[in-house]
Amino acid sequence: MHFKYAHEIKDLLIKKEVSAEEVVKSSIERIKEVDGKIDAFLEVFEEDAIENAKSVDKKIANGEEVGALAGIPMAIKDNICLKNQKTTCASKILENFTSPYDATVVRKLKESDAIIIGRLNMDEFAMGSSTENSSIKKTKNPYDLERVPGGSSGGSAASVAAGEVYFSLGSDTGGSIRQPASLCGVVGFKPTYGRVSRYGLVAFASSLDQIGPFTRDVEDCALVLNTICGKDNLDSTSANVDVEDFTTYLNKDIKGIRVGLPKEYFGEGIDEGVKREVEKAVEALKLLGAEVKEISLPMSKYSLPVYYILSSSEASSNLARFDGIRYGYRADEFEDLVDLYVKSRSIGFGSEVKRRIMLGTYALSSGYYDAYYKKALKVKRLIIEEFKRAFEEVDLIVSPTSPSVAFKFGEKADDPLKMYLSDVCTVPVNIAGLPAVSMPVGLSEGLPVGLQIIGNYFQEGKILSLASSIEKIVNFNARPLI
Amino acid sequence: MSVDKKQVDYVAKLARLEFSEDEKEKFVQDFNNILQFVEQLKEVDTENVEISITNYAAFNVLREDKIEKSMDREDALLNAPDKENGYFKVPKVVE
Repeated sequence: MHFKYAHEIKDLLIKKEVSAEEVVKSSIERIKEVDGKIDAFLEVFEEDAIENAKSVDKKIANGEEVGALAGIPMAIKDNICLKNQKTTCASKILENFTSPYDATVVRKLKESDAIIIGRLNMDEFAMGSSTENSSIKKTKNPYDLERVPGGSSGGSAASVAAGEVYFSLGSDTGGSIRQPASLCGVVGFKPTYGRVSRYGLVAFASSLDQIGPFTRDVEDCALVLNTICGKDNLDSTSANVDVEDFTTYLNKDIKGIRVGLPKEYFGEGIDEGVKREVEKAVEALKLLGAEVKEISLPMSKYSLPVYYILSSSEASSNLARFDGIRYGYRADEFEDLVDLYVKSRSIGFGSEVKRRIMLGTYALSSGYYDAYYKKALKVKRLIIEEFKRAFEEVDLIVSPTSPSVAFKFGEKADDPLKMYLSDVCTVPVNIAGLPAVSMPVGLSEGLPVGLQIIGNYFQEGKILSLASSIEKIVNFNARPLI
Repeated sequence: MSVDKKQVDYVAKLARLEFSEDEKEKFVQDFNNILQFVEQLKEVDTENVEISITNYAAFNVLREDKIEKSMDREDALLNAPDKENGYFKVPKVVE
């Protein structure tokens, strides 16, 4: 049952061939069996999950209407607030924080009767590309326990890949959904900026952050997007765009659809195995009648420096709220108020978080603001304009998600620049605020390879159309052997 | 542009952070590597380019000016490391 899809479980529940309680218990069993090896979970809400499953079963038995994700076990990245539960962002500074409210996505999941089964590990405050920056533990890649699951939503990707839950939520600031999805062989979707409310997501870089789902297939991805998308008055950046039924985009004819391959995303630095598998998927697209052509996005190469300036600047501002006064860790010994701030923050934050706060503070400081922050905002505009021009020429853009398959622990951990390059194909999408998916299309040296499909603003449906067609022809059915 | 230990000290003060001497050494190195990487933006001609804050068309977000329920005081104080009589407690600020 562990590797069934959420939509299959949904059918079984409706036909009463299985009960929600059985499904949830089986997920908990699986977690007990494998999580000691992969360490995806920070906490499992065993009793609550079983209680909630029982009430779904009661509703079904009484013929009451149930939500679209009724009885399906899922888990959330630990930077999404869940009322009366801890939300730690895998940081010492929030280790004792209990959320007094639900994030909007959590409220929507509860209304859809999904069963939230636990909290998932991540890089501290979502800063990282390997989940090695968690201050709690390292999550391992289910395909090879010596390798990273990607980051920062490593726990979210690994839990779905390992069959512990049927789907999960993560957050994507520079690729933190798509890159771990790619490294763990699952589907990971970053919606258009504003499509999903960020209310209750602990902010890292507010102009780039977006919540999105991890699933095992494209249909499940559409199902979860149906639940979590939509305008929210509690998030002022939430877009006023109608919620569509994304499942209607699946299994469509893609003949004549124009697909662009940006030559810059296939060049230097992309592993041969990754290139090979992505090119195979592109060949499949051609067979289905898509019009594939090479395009050029030369500004993309500036995305990483723009990203590090903008995200660090916003992080330095967002993370100023962690001062040991209203919530979070407070140092035991201090001399005065300022010393309380300094000691609490210096002990509470991990080294990558401090590095980024420092970089951001520097970029925003007087004398450097124009040279770094303002310059980055100007280049951001050029990147956006370049994408806009590209979308006049093509409907969708396809590229590798990650330049390499899952790498070994420690391989990049000591060199921030090397680590940052893991996100080279995903970051431009966040700078522009576009939607994009990563889906598994093959294996290289036994490890999953992800294909990225980028769409124009609010064109999630088009992305899902193409993804579902590729999925059928590629038929990725690898499962980790744990 | 590059930074030295003195500048690291200054930025740390602004960011309300402190570092050991070893950490500072490492920091100067990392910082300069990252800044060097970021310097490539200088190649881009942004002479007549406006800055871009939002991704797509900016919109105003307004709602009716009516009082809505906010978080209860008890909930707001739930995670306070130190509190007294319904307030957050901090060390004395004025002599």
